[in-house]
Amino acid sequence: MKLLFQLFFAFFRIGALTFGGGYAMLPMFKKELVEKHGWCTEEDILDYYAIAQCTPGVIAVNTASFIGFKKKGVVGAIFSTLGVVAPSILIITVIAAFINHFADNQYVAHAFAGIRVAVCALVSVTIFGLLKKNVKDILTALLAIAAFVVTYFFGLSPIIAVFVAATAGIIASVIREKNRNSAEKEGKK
Amino acid sequence: MTFLYLFLEFFKTGLFSVGGGLATIPFLQELAVNENYGWFSLDQLSDMIAVSESTPGPIGVNMATYAGYNAGFQISGIGTGILGGIVATLGIVCPAIIIICIISKFLEKFRDNKFVNYAFYGIRPAVAGLITGAMASVFVSAVFILGETGAISGVNLVASAAFVVLTALCAIFKKLHPIVFIALGALVGIIFGL
Repeated sequence: MKLLFQLFFAFFRIGALTFGGGYAMLPMFKKELVEKHGWCTEEDILDYYAIAQCTPGVIAVNTASFIGFKKKGVVGAIFSTLGVVAPSILIITVIAAFINHFADNQYVAHAFAGIRVAVCALVSVTIFGLLKKNVKDILTALLAIAAFVVTYFFGLSPIIAVFVAATAGIIASVIREKNRNSAEKEGKK
Repeated sequence: MTFLYLFLEFFKTGLFSVGGGLATIPFLQELAVNENYGWFSLDQLSDMIAVSESTPGPIGVNMATYAGYNAGFQISGIGTGILGGIVATLGIVCPAIIIICIISKFLEKFRDNKFVNYAFYGIRPAVAGLITGAMASVFVSAVFILGETGAISGVNLVASAAFVVLTALCAIFKKLHPIVFIALGALVGIIFGL
């Protein structure tokens, strides 16, 4: 029971404090889930993102369901997801009901321009850490660059990028394994 | 009855929009022009997108709540509006919960599979690249001045300076909660009129 509430409130904080789409949540996920609670590793979050890119639904909700399920099964997934959407329901309802032209307000617009800059800064630092950890050789460096270029400049679907990268990872690893095995055999001879 | 339709329509949106919140927009556009419902107009939809982007929370969820509120409000005011927001939000998250629970089950089973690990060895750097791409579009709109066609026509010097300073601060004070930097960004935005 205690864990369920922990899940709910951790994701409630993530939902309440994140501005922007799925990518903007990355620093918040890292802080709450990896550093504060130790529920998963940074690599896990990347894996969840990859799967979330290829499955239906909002990325934040998908990630919440993953972590919740991992910790406490289906009930955990439901609590985490309710946690991540509860702040939206509260805040949006208040704005829709009482504040007309919220987005046209000059101070909101200025604050938001500043928040966008801050989100870029936070995500840049997080991405730098991720690249440092996951770019281990020429192939992984190429995959990172290629994924960026094809989706950003050519508007290719991220799903295709994920599948190509998975195939490349499997092929390269299998070839490497074969080479290693044959090298060992050579050594034995 | 409206609530049942709301739930089903947003369930459908959640089920078919692959790749995050902004992927829901085409589905909401369809709902806006659907004559059977008349829940909200295209003008209201663009307001919804603006509000969703300027409030905390995942954009897809924010839009579901906003659209559900508008649809419910038409029945008999604020009370049904609130209910509509909740119903639409639950509708959009339901497919994700179901699908992810199934995938998680499989993932647990195949976690130690050699080939799954090989695949993720390729996927992880690619996802880092994808996130860089998603951030790059926000970075361009945050730091550059865009002309009417969306082409870059200049550099916002204050925003660029703020970006450099904030990035340095984030890198140095890694222990601080991200919200500290977000609040700082909002303050800079208001003070300098970004």
